[in-house]
Amino acid sequence: MNIVDPKACPITANHIKVALVGQPNVGKSMLINSVSNAHLHVGNFSGVTVDKTEVLFDYEEYSFTVVDLPGTYAFTDYTIEERVTHDYLCAEDYDIIINVVDSTNLEKNLQLTSELLTMSKKVVIALNMSDEADKEKILINAEYMSELIGVPCVRVSAVTKEGIGALIEAVIKKHENVRNKPKLFFSEPVEEEIAQIVWYLDKHRFDSANTHRNIAINLLKNNKKTYAKLHDEPIWTELQPILIEASKHIELHHDSDDIKEAFAEEYAAFNRGIVAEVVKQEIKQSKRTTTEKIDSVLIHPIFGIPIFLFFMWSLFQLTFEVGAIPMEYIDAFFIWFGDTLGATIANDDIRSLIVDGIIAGVGAVVLFVPNIIILFIGIALLESTGYMSRVAFLLDGFFHKFGLHGQSFIPLVTGFGCSIPAYMSARILKNDRDRLLTLFIIGFMSCGARLPVYVLFAGAFFSPEMAGNILFIIYISGALLGLAAAKILKLTAFKGLDEPFVMEMPKYRLPSVKLVWHTVLTKTMMYLKKAGTYIAAASMLIWFLSNYPHNLILEESYSAKISMTAKAEVKRDLQYELDEALLEQSYLGRIGKFSEPIFAPLGFDWKMSVALQTGLAAKEVVVSTLGVLYSLGGEVNHESTSLMGAISKNISFASAVAFIVVIMIYLPCLAASVVFTREAGHIKYFFYLLLFTSIVAYVMAFIAYNLTLLLL
Amino acid sequence: MKTLLDCHKACIVKVIKLNTKGDLKQRLISFGIMKETVLEVLEHAPGKSTIEIKVGKMRIALRAQEAQLIEVQKI
Ligand SMILES: Nc1nc2c(ncn2[C@@H]2O[C@H](COP(=O)(O)OP(=O)(O)OP(=O)(O)O)[C@@H](O)[C@H]2O)c(=O)[nH]1
Ligand SMILES: [Mg+2]
Repeated sequence: MNIVDPKACPITANHIKVALVGQPNVGKSMLINSVSNAHLHVGNFSGVTVDKTEVLFDYEEYSFTVVDLPGTYAFTDYTIEERVTHDYLCAEDYDIIINVVDSTNLEKNLQLTSELLTMSKKVVIALNMSDEADKEKILINAEYMSELIGVPCVRVSAVTKEGIGALIEAVIKKHENVRNKPKLFFSEPVEEEIAQIVWYLDKHRFDSANTHRNIAINLLKNNKKTYAKLHDEPIWTELQPILIEASKHIELHHDSDDIKEAFAEEYAAFNRGIVAEVVKQEIKQSKRTTTEKIDSVLIHPIFGIPIFLFFMWSLFQLTFEVGAIPMEYIDAFFIWFGDTLGATIANDDIRSLIVDGIIAGVGAVVLFVPNIIILFIGIALLESTGYMSRVAFLLDGFFHKFGLHGQSFIPLVTGFGCSIPAYMSARILKNDRDRLLTLFIIGFMSCGARLPVYVLFAGAFFSPEMAGNILFIIYISGALLGLAAAKILKLTAFKGLDEPFVMEMPKYRLPSVKLVWHTVLTKTMMYLKKAGTYIAAASMLIWFLSNYPHNLILEESYSAKISMTAKAEVKRDLQYELDEALLEQSYLGRIGKFSEPIFAPLGFDWKMSVALQTGLAAKEVVVSTLGVLYSLGGEVNHESTSLMGAISKNISFASAVAFIVVIMIYLPCLAASVVFTREAGHIKYFFYLLLFTSIVAYVMAFIAYNLTLLLL
Repeated sequence: MKTLLDCHKACIVKVIKLNTKGDLKQRLISFGIMKETVLEVLEHAPGKSTIEIKVGKMRIALRAQEAQLIEVQKI
């Protein structure tokens, strides 16, 4: 062919767009991380990736775009994330597919592969987890396999990076070569039917991108897209009766009334054949694998749940105990920093803005970084060891009683870190009703940003030995409230039948330190970045709203009074009174005073009311608002130095309990609300959520407040 | 008729029939659970509400309701 393709300019000629496809949890995302410097989310359970992500990198003179797709077991639109993958594969433009498979479970993985082979795309197979295969003494003859199925197969390991170079070379080679001639064979009766349809398509010189053989297979499999395409063709009228006949024959041969099942059996037989040819397992595995041994303890019918609760309890104990160690230093640092910096600023207003506004606000949030890190480590371990699916298994029966799906556990646990990814990961739920229900109660799982508020209040009212237990109680009661809410919603708004629960349990994996470190680091940096930008800006705004307007009359009348007395003590008290009076007549004070009656039945003063309102933007702002308000009002400097001290002195225990209850339940934050609305699919759900959480929060806080008053 | 739900721990059985249609059947099939497949019951969750089985090298959790739809035979 000597016609020059006008589109083949040097830049696009070397660009290869790769779609990464495979069953869930085979290491697709990790493979991308190991070829590029991306940090895609990796976890040891099905359904980590729920949306497509593009990653760009260069290799020699080629530039690659790799698209990470959610894992999919087969070509069915079972869940939303699987639909993302299928829509991408069928509708988008890409050059080549890398089919990632788990070498330690080849037979099951080939189910998807054999379906991919009937598409008109170039395919390269990455035999991932070759390190694990080696350990389990599973030998795969990659060359022989390439030859047998007519598609290049490369042994790789995303962990050790073995074979990565070879994989990229294979992709480049395949990209420049002609299309695959995959060798996918069926049983004789099926082959006969295929041949007949192919013969018919050949005869009519049917024009299409895919081969006639693949079209015939897809038609026989009842593939909707192929059907739709051929339905409008003139040959359809003649083709249809042939198809019906053919399907009947195949069904008869398989003694089944379901053509899809018949084909699944055909594929399974083909795959068994391939595996028998190319896989050698040296020693027969011992009767029980390590995973099964661990499972016999961790998902034990009696001990399983207590063990899980013990892990949770230990995590919160650690969060408080270990997190408290560096806290003192961080606190001291910010006080020192504020004082030192403040001394260099002459202008009173600017000094106050920087010291009482930004530093107090950001400092109050940064203070809790150690706690957050420990919580994130806990979640990262849960995600990367494989324990996550076990807990979903243990809790499914319990969840089921509350109308929740066992797999809801995964988004709910993610919610302990941050609500935003949790809302996204609810996509792993197949049924829209289950998904919406889960979306509504994710907020009850206290996210990392609420931890600072809890630590602050637990530390203010309880001894350090108790505070960890209190944290545990707060989290557990939040979760239990969520379950109760789920039950109510299930009985009212989301009535309906139960969806099936079938879930793969991954093998246990020792999480690599590097992986946990990266996950925790990324999340912590995000928290710090938020503190440095969003929270700093919010603190400035709050400082401004709480400092203006100036009231000169008030200031003068007090300064006259102060100058009249000689006693230092009285002077200090007067100054304190003035600070309070000024704060109360500021803009923020007015907002607080205005909304105070609404919150009065819950025992909140105006400062707490304001903190709750600013907390709608983000939960960290609750702490920074309290930080700014108490530092401006003078209490922080008055006798005790810390915000914790100020809180334990100014807030009654009952009000504090009610405050915690509201924080536990009401809307997570602005960003999460946006994601919630997107995932729920309609703005009306946001208003339902707002209404639902506000009412529940108010009622529960009211009960908690009065109950505490009564009991104490 | 014996279903997967009737099997106790460590029981090894062969699938006779999937008494279900549509999505769930597809999902079971894509997990490799179809006619002639050999399954092993690994564990029951508290109250037998959920069970863990082994198919080939894969472990799968399913609920009692789903287990009831899988007709099996002892081997
Ligand atoms: N030993 C070993 N483990 C691997 C390898 N590749 C991935 N893993 C582990 O397998 C698990 C799954 O990895 P992911 O990259 O999240 O898998 P995925 O295919 O993207 O999964 P989904 O997004 O859920 O479809 C993680 O626990 C990884 O640490 C490998 O080559 N060797
Ligand atoms: Mg992934």
